[in-house]
Amino acid sequence: MAVKTIAGVEVKVTEDGYLEDMTQWNKEIAKEIAKELNIELTDKHFEVLNYLRDRTIAKEALTIRSVGKSGIVDIKQLYELFPKGPLKFSSKIAGIPKPTSCI
Amino acid sequence: METKEKKPLEKVCIICAKGNLEDVYASLVMANGAVMEGIETNLFFTFFGLEGITKKSMNHLHTATTGNPAMKMPGGLPFPTMLGGLPGVESAVSAMMRKQMDELGMPPVDEFLEMITAGGGTIYACRLAVDMFKLTKSQLSDEVKDIITIGEFYELCDGDRTQIIFT
Repeated sequence: MAVKTIAGVEVKVTEDGYLEDMTQWNKEIAKEIAKELNIELTDKHFEVLNYLRDRTIAKEALTIRSVGKSGIVDIKQLYELFPKGPLKFSSKIAGIPKPTSCI
Repeated sequence: METKEKKPLEKVCIICAKGNLEDVYASLVMANGAVMEGIETNLFFTFFGLEGITKKSMNHLHTATTGNPAMKMPGGLPFPTMLGGLPGVESAVSAMMRKQMDELGMPPVDEFLEMITAGGGTIYACRLAVDMFKLTKSQLSDEVKDIITIGEFYELCDGDRTQIIFT
């Protein structure tokens, strides 16, 4: 575990750079993490991020399949929003733990 | 300070040559997992593996109830080979397995193929096997990009961070 300053806030992050405490998250932090991943966040991105956070609070296991059925984006659009890391990058930006799902 | 240079995989080429439920799913999970990691993915179906991309059969794949020493009864007792050979048993066991997989959130084969191509993975069928089984392109899933020879498949496997996986 390490402490990192993101968008002027000191946050605890894991070795891989995921937030330890999802309540420390805010939009500015999301934008800064996204920048490191070369992603410019749009409103559509935030819709996905909020969905991921809500599902995480509800203790549901996340898969790209479940996001694809969320009604917000289909799987293809999810890949377009978060290239090369539809679940990993989106989870990192959403401030939630690293996904553990295989699908 | 110690520096370790990581050399992540850039491409995987997965060959699915068997048509059992578990063999096809092993290939699909590995292919989809690779796509999700941002790894370029080619998935090549050949011989009985074609069952996994044939429209008529892909969502009704079977697992072998005879000749499968790992097969267990629901309580965990060994599954008698004699029982596995009775008519209808393989169908029933396979349907039960597909149901359990569905409960775990695993998609049916047609949807799994769509997930792989949605992420940029590419699916191919083997020319020789397609000819042998007298199949046509229209009988195969719409997610199949092309029917290619093994030589063409190898051409797709270039690059020094490429792995070929045979299941």
